[in-house]
Amino acid sequence: MSKFKDSAHLIRVAAVFLLGGVAFIVLRAAVIPKSFGEYGPYRGDALKEISSQPLRYAGHETCEGCHPDVLEVKSKGVHAHVNCEACHGPLAKHADDPASVVPVLPDVAQLCVRCHAENSAKPSGFPQVDAKEHAQGQSCKTCHQPHSPGFDAGGKK
Amino acid sequence: MTLNRRQILLLLPAAAVAWDFVLAGTPDEAPNYKTTEHWWGMLLDITKCIGCGNCVRACAMENNVPDGYFRTWVERYHVEDWHIENPSVDSPNGGKDGFPASDKTGGKNFFVPKLCNHCVDSPCTQVCPVGATFHTADGVVLIDYNYCLGCRYCIQACPYGCRFFHPQRHTAEKCTLCYHRITKGLTTACCENCPTGARQLADLKNPNDPIHAFLKTHTVQVLKPHLATGAKMFYNGLDGSVR
Repeated sequence: MSKFKDSAHLIRVAAVFLLGGVAFIVLRAAVIPKSFGEYGPYRGDALKEISSQPLRYAGHETCEGCHPDVLEVKSKGVHAHVNCEACHGPLAKHADDPASVVPVLPDVAQLCVRCHAENSAKPSGFPQVDAKEHAQGQSCKTCHQPHSPGFDAGGKK
Repeated sequence: MTLNRRQILLLLPAAAVAWDFVLAGTPDEAPNYKTTEHWWGMLLDITKCIGCGNCVRACAMENNVPDGYFRTWVERYHVEDWHIENPSVDSPNGGKDGFPASDKTGGKNFFVPKLCNHCVDSPCTQVCPVGATFHTADGVVLIDYNYCLGCRYCIQACPYGCRFFHPQRHTAEKCTLCYHRITKGLTTACCENCPTGARQLADLKNPNDPIHAFLKTHTVQVLKPHLATGAKMFYNGLDGSVR
């Protein structure tokens, strides 16, 4: 036994280290969020928080479910690839509650020129006009039906 | 291949770490969505962009982006034939209100829509001192707003200038690739509202995605490829002058 006569010193040091180790483990468990590491080296709940953000744009599939008549007109014209909310604005609220949230009809005077005003940076094949000269003060809707603005409706290419 | 005891012991911790990633799967919010089955990118077709600003407005509306800050924006390039390395670029209010007719003559003009490139080796993620920016298993770079200290290192690190400091929340902010939409099977707000199809969300892990056919038949480029960030925003018809 004489060989370990000063072992008490070692036991005290070991106890301090053990206590430190336990304190570290307890603190670590308390501080790190439960979802950390759920999907990778980050807080898993952050993904859920980000993906729970409410929608403003319902998506054209939702619109087409209730408005197949518009889809039919649109799919035959040159605006087939333009989605509903690109012109009508965000309408997720209308999709959730169609009766009480009634969308406002967009003002064609501003809407059409957004895309079709002449600009040298636009691709050359894209139909663009000098609105003042082209429409001569008339509304675009006089000649063009926005859902299917065929060139035969009075407008020139 | 034979392993001795020492090698097996060395491999054990690595296996333990890897197991967490193997178990990684589905966020509760979208029960049918598996993060490991997708790999998101986007196709931006410069030959189709008309600079209408629909994407910028839609993004601001969908994500409550404060005025004067942009998660996506559109730039107009003017390149003179004799000075291709020095284009002049303008982006009035990020292109949110469209572009007035150009007063520049000669050379060529075109629009370049920009947004977070959701890089595979993103510099912003590497510099974050608190691990608030991370990569999801489906290839999206996101920010944990609870962890972000607002130190702005990432804003400086992004070579594409895609991040900004949110004036109210006081954290870094960026494009989430509409993570709340793509996990529900919808496309992003910018792609949904692009009238010409110049922006198309692409799932590179989906073999039926039209992106694969497009990439095979077109010469696409990413921005600043020399930085090797692994950008996933593919530009069709990208001019050499674009930075």
